[in-house]
Amino acid sequence: MEFTEEQLKRYSRHIILPEVGGKGQKKISGAKVLIVGAGGLGCPVGYYLAAAGVGTIAIVDNDRVELSNLQRQIAHSVKTLDMYKADSAKQTFEALNPDVNVIAIKERLNSKNILGLFKDYDIIVDGTDNFPTRYLINDACVMLKKPLVSGAILRFEGQVTTILPGDGPCYRCLFEEPPPAGLVPSCQEAGVLGVLPGVIGALQATEVLKLIIGKGKPLNGNLLIYDALGVNFRKVKIPKNEDCPVCGKNPSIKELTDLSEEYCSI
Amino acid sequence: MDNMKIDKKLDIRGQVCPYTLVKSKLGVESIEVGQIIEILLDYPEAADSIPKAMLNYGHSVLKVEKINPKEWVIQVKKEVED
Repeated sequence: MEFTEEQLKRYSRHIILPEVGGKGQKKISGAKVLIVGAGGLGCPVGYYLAAAGVGTIAIVDNDRVELSNLQRQIAHSVKTLDMYKADSAKQTFEALNPDVNVIAIKERLNSKNILGLFKDYDIIVDGTDNFPTRYLINDACVMLKKPLVSGAILRFEGQVTTILPGDGPCYRCLFEEPPPAGLVPSCQEAGVLGVLPGVIGALQATEVLKLIIGKGKPLNGNLLIYDALGVNFRKVKIPKNEDCPVCGKNPSIKELTDLSEEYCSI
Repeated sequence: MDNMKIDKKLDIRGQVCPYTLVKSKLGVESIEVGQIIEILLDYPEAADSIPKAMLNYGHSVLKVEKINPKEWVIQVKKEVED
């Protein structure tokens, strides 16, 4: 692929970076990334990946845009209220960069459809708001050996990690099972500062781009925790659990199952 | 130096910053380590900034020459992989 004059202008700040260059930009153009959730995290992740020129971006979300989303979900607007979030985000990202093919998947992930949806993508981004889906995504990525960039937010705090199956821990190495329903409040119950998912989503997008160009050190083996009130970034090492039920030596989870949905969503 | 073999010639007259650098960078990416590219340009600031950028990328600048009141020739030897 040769760059058009328009692409040379659009991606000029990438091309002059020694770590990206024309070669890296071509890798970005050829990359296929799937984002789960077009909410607080998925919107900024998709926005920056579209701006960067990621060739194919799939967005999985079966919710519709509500007014209460607009405090933080920056791909949507009053003009797209009631529209499927996946369609609203597609419209926004394609308006930003027509080079990008955005695929809106208006389905809810479950143990039956997840492997089929993930299999054609290079990198998966978790921007979900509930534990059952987070664990399902983790298990599917381990089984498919897909890199996963995971983010989570609540109130004034957020976390990011990158999971590279076969190279470091997975989400279950950190927390083997999801917490009991109701123990961890959701954003709907506890609130979230609107800009927080922007910070965490931008970090996730950075991880995705680093993986695509193959430069720098990914966050695998570490959990990055951001405390907005105290303005602290802490990087905590996560050990790999040899007895992990999904990525350990003798995994007990060999098939995907759907966990209960007693969790509410953001 | 003047009879050194030039592996690629790049004419970026009419281009301004940052496209002078974008095109020069892509030009260097298109040759092999050890090869030489000759860049012809007419944007005065680039005559100064491109040699600096090429040194920063780790390449050698063999020549920066003002060939007439409005044009410059820069020769760069690619020293490192992209």
